[in-house]
Amino acid sequence: MALTTPARTRADRPAHGVVLHDVRRTFPTPTGGRPVLRGVDVELRAGEIVALVGPSGCGKSTLLRQVSGLDIPDGGRVLLDGTPVAGIDRRTAVAFQEPRLLPWRTLAQNVALGLPAGTPKDAGRARVAELLRLMGLEESAGLRPRQVSGGMAQRASLARALARNPGVLLLDEPFGALDALTRLRMQDLLLDVHAAEPATVLLVTHDVEEALYLADRVLLLRSLVAAPDDAPSVARVIDVPGRRPRDRADQRLAELRAELLEGLGVATHHVRPGDADDHHSI
Amino acid sequence: MTHHAAGTGPGPVTDHAGRPLRALNPFDAARDADAVPAAAAPGEAPGARRPRGGFWSRPVVRVVGGAVLPLLLLGVWHAVTTGGLVPPYQLPTPLSVWDAALDLVARGQLQTHVAISVQRVLVGFVVGAAAGLVLGSLVGLSRAADVLLAPLLGGVRAVPSLAWVPLLILWLKIGEESKVTLIAIGAFFPVYTTVAAALRHVDPHLVEAGRAFGLRGVRLLQTVQLPAVLPSVLSGLRLALAQAWLFLVAAELIASSMGLGFLLNDSQQNGRVDRILLAIVLLALLGKLSDSLVALGERALLRRYA
Ligand SMILES: Nc1ncnc2c1ncn2[C@@H]1O[C@H](COP(=O)(O)OP(=O)(O)OP(=O)(O)O)[C@@H](O)[C@H]1O
Ligand SMILES: [Mg+2]
Repeated sequence: MALTTPARTRADRPAHGVVLHDVRRTFPTPTGGRPVLRGVDVELRAGEIVALVGPSGCGKSTLLRQVSGLDIPDGGRVLLDGTPVAGIDRRTAVAFQEPRLLPWRTLAQNVALGLPAGTPKDAGRARVAELLRLMGLEESAGLRPRQVSGGMAQRASLARALARNPGVLLLDEPFGALDALTRLRMQDLLLDVHAAEPATVLLVTHDVEEALYLADRVLLLRSLVAAPDDAPSVARVIDVPGRRPRDRADQRLAELRAELLEGLGVATHHVRPGDADDHHSI
Repeated sequence: MTHHAAGTGPGPVTDHAGRPLRALNPFDAARDADAVPAAAAPGEAPGARRPRGGFWSRPVVRVVGGAVLPLLLLGVWHAVTTGGLVPPYQLPTPLSVWDAALDLVARGQLQTHVAISVQRVLVGFVVGAAAGLVLGSLVGLSRAADVLLAPLLGGVRAVPSLAWVPLLILWLKIGEESKVTLIAIGAFFPVYTTVAAALRHVDPHLVEAGRAFGLRGVRLLQTVQLPAVLPSVLSGLRLALAQAWLFLVAAELIASSMGLGFLLNDSQQNGRVDRILLAIVLLALLGKLSDSLVALGERALLRRYA
């Protein structure tokens, strides 16, 4: 399952390295500023897949918005290929946490919205048709978003981001609304697309196994609400061993999985109350 | 003269069926299993085969049902006037109203009255609605325009229609301009108010998605904002047309030598109750007819875009 008609060839559109340097974001609230991101120092190599996990509300979507240029950090810098992100950056493409499809357009027309400006009509149509086929949506190309299920809408939203053929692909829980089987299929599909058209991928997920299966590295974010005042947002960076495609049953992954879950505050085995603190080792 | 049709205020933005506009609720879709839409053929609305609402929703029933009360009213009118229950100088019979119509047609006057009134309504409506679209878009999209313009326009809106008449006559004389201007003022506000309010409430998530995919300015407006507010623009236009008819009579009652409003006024002075009734019935028919035509266009557009 490879893409046969990339909108542009690989050489035209390289994957971009991403550098986040001491990124900080604080939202104003009636009771004073609420820090959501602090001291984020991360470097994504071009073509790397990095997964972002962390408890709900810890700032994963916010971090993605800093890279896409939809939001501006209060401090620090975000660089794409060494140049700062200023405003919405055409080198990135986002699949939002909600599908955000235009309700009055068909799925195909929604996907076409993602095509880079200036794509020739025929090439664009072929590209949209191919992405819809990859996502298993060819039968539904002419349907409106309200006529399809949540999982289908989410796949269309992913197709729209892929249509951009971006150097940096930002995916906010792209498989969150999918059933378990479709989710596994789509994970493999993402890896195929990535192999055919390498992009730097920053992927938010709540699924630790998904993170370990897809990513080169996993960033564990912490919520700053309960953290000490100087703790940075990135609690831990985990290098995932092995090369893709990985064996989902790999023993090393199972160990990392337990480690990550404990980092998220989920015990993987029964814990006596007295031991609990040991598992929040970060 | 009522000066504002109901519903022109900045209320909740709903489409013609009263559904909230553009609530992109992920849970609506998420309720369905993945398999559900596969059952519906492409291009077919879900539930298209389901009978909807039964008897009262059938097109024939809607047309015939809508005619029942007016015909009944006509029957009662006929009965009470021919039965001598009401004296003819207060309420002439339906037939004598019909005769008055034939008489005016034979003199070539009724056609002129109707034509000039329709023309005034159309010109005033087009001018007012276009201005409403432009200013409504400006105020709905730009904070600055909202701050600077909205209070002034809100004040202008509060002026009753008849209050403009002396000024318009003073400035524009009693020609067509003064009448068309008054009608345009009437048509302006429903469009202005609904468009401004609807644009302010376009789902910010959708606008952001549009921006994320490189849309800006006019392209963003075309692709996201205008389609999102289409249902409210259309209902604003319908209200504007209704209001144009209301303002027409205000304009023609005062200074004119032609038109349905003039016919009303003239007949009152001559004691021709039959012609007064004729003018009222014609205003009702023309208003309803033009509204139905716009409603047809509205339905077609909504089926395509919403
Ligand atoms: N525009 C905003 N204004 C104020 N607060 C905001 C804004 N955007 C996000 N926040 C706050 O920032 C915090 C992090 O939000 P974010 O959406 O990044 O969380 P998340 O990690 O993606 O959570 P989830 O896993 O539930 O999607 C939340 O507490 C949220 O209330
Ligand atoms: Mg999120």
